[in-house]
Amino acid sequence: MPPTLSSADFLTSWSAVLLYFVAAVGFVAGGLIFWWVIRPSRITAEKLTTYECGEEPIGGAWVQFNVRFYVFALVFLVFDVEAVFLLPWAVVFRELGAIAFLEGLFFIAVLAIGLAYVWRKGDLAWVRLDDRVSP
Amino acid sequence: MNLEPTLAHYLLVSAALFALGLLGLITRRNAVQALMGVELMLNSANLNLVAFSRFGTGGIDGQVFGTFVIVVAAAEVAVALALVLALYRMRRTPNLDAATTLRG
Amino acid sequence: MTASAVVFWVLTLIVLASAAVVVLSRSLINSAFALLATFSGVAGFYVLLGADFLAAVQFLVYVGGILILLVFGVMLTHRIQDLDLRAEARQLVPGLFVAAGVFILLAAVATRTPWAIGAGRLPSATTAEIGRAFLGKYLLPFEAASILLLVALIGAALIVRKREDA
Repeated sequence: MPPTLSSADFLTSWSAVLLYFVAAVGFVAGGLIFWWVIRPSRITAEKLTTYECGEEPIGGAWVQFNVRFYVFALVFLVFDVEAVFLLPWAVVFRELGAIAFLEGLFFIAVLAIGLAYVWRKGDLAWVRLDDRVSP
Repeated sequence: MNLEPTLAHYLLVSAALFALGLLGLITRRNAVQALMGVELMLNSANLNLVAFSRFGTGGIDGQVFGTFVIVVAAAEVAVALALVLALYRMRRTPNLDAATTLRG
Repeated sequence: MTASAVVFWVLTLIVLASAAVVVLSRSLINSAFALLATFSGVAGFYVLLGADFLAAVQFLVYVGGILILLVFGVMLTHRIQDLDLRAEARQLVPGLFVAAGVFILLAAVATRTPWAIGAGRLPSATTAEIGRAFLGKYLLPFEAASILLLVALIGAALIVRKREDA
């Protein structure tokens, strides 16, 4: 067991995270504001085009995305939440014994069914078989 | 005026967040933005649970409920956005006003 | 005023201001980015209330997952020529009255009810304690959550899929 922090130490230990946040936001905001103040502003149509490694961009960046991305986002979200549930399980299953370990495995197995489903139905394949047969 | 945060302070912040979420839900025509309002309301409810866990007598239970609320929110947003995409495919618009098939 | 009180009021400002932007902004992308600030601010409240595990969950699931899905929702429901991503509001004035009424009602309940304030739970590390609750007292909701996620995954994938047979 790790030593438990007292309540005052708990918030003090999180002040490092606060400091990190302030530094991260301040770094980006400071940079943007500093350059906004000192840079000259001479805008031409050429300069406003999207930078694409020197190539002429074709169309805008605001294209409609392929709906198949959604299933990938969905699978990501579900396993993101699974990770959240497994974290406290991983911390304590050792002290609670074999039954607790199996409970966690059951949790994983149920979600594996979901992954197997979307995989078997072809939602994870970028080019589907029926697309190739009849475009 | 006592500036040290107490239970009432957290409840008031949560009430304001809930009211803002409700405003978004009922005034926005775009389905995705209405969903953002729902997310604000869920966050305010969660803030209440955690605040009662801190100041009330329930111990850790409020935080466990909060975790379950977040999971339900994740499932809700997944299905709701799928419905928005289905609506978009049928009506070519993400506006909620377009879903009128069942209107009498 | 202690440091934690200062943090509380700064977080209140961030959360409420960004939530107002989410609701009132005419641009969907601005709403999505303001939502990032709201979710992060609420995570800050969780830390202040001693819920370190829940703050991490808030970041992982809300900021890392739900917000991504919402941005996907924006990108997937706008045509190429639909450049401005405008979102209209309807009946803003009646909506403001309803929201203000709800806020007054909730505020009255929050301030007038004699809540059972006990010794409370002082801030300390919570992950192991929550793990014990998951595997003991709340085992059924814990396993039900996996079923719920399974149903949501299959249901959403089914709705999104192009159906040739239907």
